[in-house]
Amino acid sequence: MITGSDFVAALREAGITDIPWLPDSELGRWESALAAAITPRLIRVCREGEALAIAAGLLIGGRTPLVAMQCTGLFEAGDSLRNFAHDLKLPLRVLVGVRSWRAYLQQQTADTCPSFTIPIIEAWGIPYRWLDGTMADLLAALNEPGPRFYLLPE
Amino acid sequence: MTVHEALEVIARNRGEQIVITTMTAVAIWPELSDTPLDFAYMPSAMGQAPGLAQGLALASARGVIVIHGDGCTLMNLGCLVTLAHTPADVTLIILDNALYEVTGGQPPAGAGRTDFAALARAAGIGRVYAFSEHNDWQSLGPQALNGKGPAVIHLRVEGRMGQKAPRPHRTMSDQIQRLREAICR
Repeated sequence: MITGSDFVAALREAGITDIPWLPDSELGRWESALAAAITPRLIRVCREGEALAIAAGLLIGGRTPLVAMQCTGLFEAGDSLRNFAHDLKLPLRVLVGVRSWRAYLQQQTADTCPSFTIPIIEAWGIPYRWLDGTMADLLAALNEPGPRFYLLPE
Repeated sequence: MTVHEALEVIARNRGEQIVITTMTAVAIWPELSDTPLDFAYMPSAMGQAPGLAQGLALASARGVIVIHGDGCTLMNLGCLVTLAHTPADVTLIILDNALYEVTGGQPPAGAGRTDFAALARAAGIGRVYAFSEHNDWQSLGPQALNGKGPAVIHLRVEGRMGQKAPRPHRTMSDQIQRLREAICR
């Protein structure tokens, strides 16, 4: 399991400068480590579309952000994603916690989130990869160019 | 005051700040200014220009003026809280014409009644201004535009009917390239 300090170390090693985010219960475990870090800078937002907008400004200005959100926020953020990834063609990278994914695979949840996450990501035409929860995999993922989604099964 | 009059004051007093225009302002701004620091955010994500400005200001250590509408601000009121929480040198100008101008002039919710200055203060923005008369904006605008952000300026302007969605004079990729070159100098 990746700890908060592991996560911050991986972000630093990958050159991530800023992390606009709206956490869920899984990502939220890393909150204290991120809040304590000077780099990357944690930027709290009110909604996920806004996180993508801030990341877009950071990218144009020469920074290297990673956006973090839950899949529910991804559903909300579609207009931002369409605009910044496709109209402005910015290499956004987004870490998405996929709620109830493990239970969904075992057909043990009534949560509708997991069934819509992949179809929606594929509809937006942006590459994605699942994270396996190891540091090595996280580091490899963060060194891939954007635009890209990193999916964290929950 | 007309939109043109409101924008003239910004053009005269923006100094070296980046100016992001949206919707109505995209059509008029090139008559007043056309520099690499002018960014016509069109096509846009609805309500997201303030976030774009905040990211740019945090990245470039340069002031950013973002010219927004009342309708698109209502789509993302959380931006006021986000800007107050992570302060950046952003001046958010809300041109309040009480209309969705490019869709045929329909009124947004709360048209003409919403107090954007009060919303900004309640969100924690320290520098907040509101003007409805051109003379007041002309005389006090320079001070409002040249302090350190975050700041919010609510300008009540005349609505115009029969407007269409404007098109920027340059492609988005050209705009991004020349803005990057300008802020990296």
